[in-house]
Amino acid sequence: MSAVVSPIREPLVRGHKTYHQITEDICAPTERAPGFAWVVAFIVAVSFLALYVFAVAWTIWFGIGTWDLNRTIGWGWDITNFVWWIGIGHAGTLISAILLLFRQKWRTGVNRAAEAMTIFAVMCAGQFPLIHMGRLWLGFFVFPYPNTRGPLWVNFNSPLLWDVFAISTYFTVSVLFWYTGLVPDLATLRDRSKGLRRKLYDMFSFSWTGAAKHWQRWEYLSLVLAGLATPLVLSVHTIVSFDFATSVVPGWHTTIFPPYFVAGAVFSGFAMVQSLMIIARKVLNLKEYITLEHIESMNKVILVTGTVVGVAYLTELYIAWYSGYIYEQFAFYNRVFGPYYWSYIGMMSCNVLVPQIFWVKKWRRNVFLTFLLSIFINIGMWFERFVIIATTLARDFLPSSWSYYSPTWVEIALFTGSLGLFFTLFLLFTRLAPVVAIAEIKHILKSAGDQYTGPDAQHGHDAH
Amino acid sequence: MNSETKQQILFGLYDDDDQLLDAVRKAKSDHLDIMDVYSPFPVHGLDELLGLAESRLHIAGFIYGALGTLTAFGFMTWVFTRDWPIIFGGKPYWSVPAFIPITFELTVLFAAVGMTFTFYAVSRLWPGAGNPILHPRITDDKFCIAFDTTACEEAEVNKLKNFFEATGASLVDVKEVQEEA
Repeated sequence: MSAVVSPIREPLVRGHKTYHQITEDICAPTERAPGFAWVVAFIVAVSFLALYVFAVAWTIWFGIGTWDLNRTIGWGWDITNFVWWIGIGHAGTLISAILLLFRQKWRTGVNRAAEAMTIFAVMCAGQFPLIHMGRLWLGFFVFPYPNTRGPLWVNFNSPLLWDVFAISTYFTVSVLFWYTGLVPDLATLRDRSKGLRRKLYDMFSFSWTGAAKHWQRWEYLSLVLAGLATPLVLSVHTIVSFDFATSVVPGWHTTIFPPYFVAGAVFSGFAMVQSLMIIARKVLNLKEYITLEHIESMNKVILVTGTVVGVAYLTELYIAWYSGYIYEQFAFYNRVFGPYYWSYIGMMSCNVLVPQIFWVKKWRRNVFLTFLLSIFINIGMWFERFVIIATTLARDFLPSSWSYYSPTWVEIALFTGSLGLFFTLFLLFTRLAPVVAIAEIKHILKSAGDQYTGPDAQHGHDAH
Repeated sequence: MNSETKQQILFGLYDDDDQLLDAVRKAKSDHLDIMDVYSPFPVHGLDELLGLAESRLHIAGFIYGALGTLTAFGFMTWVFTRDWPIIFGGKPYWSVPAFIPITFELTVLFAAVGMTFTFYAVSRLWPGAGNPILHPRITDDKFCIAFDTTACEEAEVNKLKNFFEATGASLVDVKEVQEEA
């Protein structure tokens, strides 16, 4: 497992930490009373969650007619939100799994929170297809269970069913991966607490002891789960893109969709990680663990994936023209100049133009600018999904059925409410579990911290 | 688990992982029988020193994965060729390319779930497992070597204590725990 480490690399753990200090610093937010900022944020988040519950109840009571979808535009904000949330989840798996396989040590500072974000984002995502079904209580029909209707099976050839399998597998594997990483750290919290709190953490840490054999198996498990999660995360957004790409609708029926969706997912996910981590490192006082180096690395990923997405947009336009197929050409002409031209502008400017400022190192390392940009990217990626879904459907084959669609308050409440659900879960997580992987940070302290002790260590101000 | 016999454990704590590795090396050359080593994070190089066999967890993972592949592919084949054949879009009943996504997902699902549960089961880790915790700082910043001294004589125990002193353990203690059934 030893990686080649260069002493010239910037340290990933700052402040000359000892192992004990790391424990103290990272456990502290879970052990003290919540601060004012947390309480305010939590109240806001729970209010939006309440709005969400209300909007879901309204939808179920009155039916999805309350969304003002029509025969032409059958997918509106709901599926846009679904794809957006799923995409956000992808960054967590990328950081925890793909960067683990690539031995990128900077993942260690942010992986725990990013994986938590994945799980909460997938939870938000999963709600939208479910409530879109209309009759939520029949949601279990999507699973192939032996039933009294034949048994009548689901259509295994349908991309929508592939989605069911992809999303549920993705959620399950993400939870297992995240929780297995969390177990040793929950044991750390257990050994620092007393009474009921201790009993609870003992239960949730599965009585972890830190025995050598357990660590050996734990590392094996992490590595194999990372190996499984890597193709899994690529498959999930690929399958989400199949919802569109396997249809015969011009503008959707393209082979570029899977890679373009995956790049977009990583792009939006990293933006969300940035938004969350920039606040978390300040509020939870973790600037020595989530350093500027981490922020810069993630900004590099954002720059690359943003540019990949930009190239995909241009390729789409070019191929539409080059295909010589008038319906395809019209679909893309309509995207740029049609009734939803404003969402295309939003998408292009937020996703392609704005991230280009990250070519400048000084701006990559500017925390405020990064935060601002991450918000822009989140908005831009939401627009991307809206462009793909709504503009394509609004102008279909028959001009007589052309239509326009604007969301109702129910759909707006569902979207903002799902943000409430997400932030409620995330805020609870910061109180209940360590937001930075304690054991993993300790593990890299000597090889990648500012007390580097490996070969070629500079003896002097930094080493001791 | 409900056995009444007590196990006596003599353990020493070290402050640093390099110190721990040196101590384990010395214990090996002194032919001391280490019961277990506990650490706050995985210490690399420890497995070889302790002579721990390579974990076979990944073999289990492969078997679970293969089981998932067969389950998914076999089931879809059975449904669409035997139980309820339907033509979708003029494609053959046995439309293999369309089976790939679900086959892949179930392979990953079975492998991940199977491996994780196997890990916790063979490591005796589950809610309420009640594994003995020798010292609260082991999950924080201390590295621990433990010896089982239940059947040891005074002289042997002293020898172990001397070993801890010689290798620079910062704390040496004895703890009695319930022996695992």
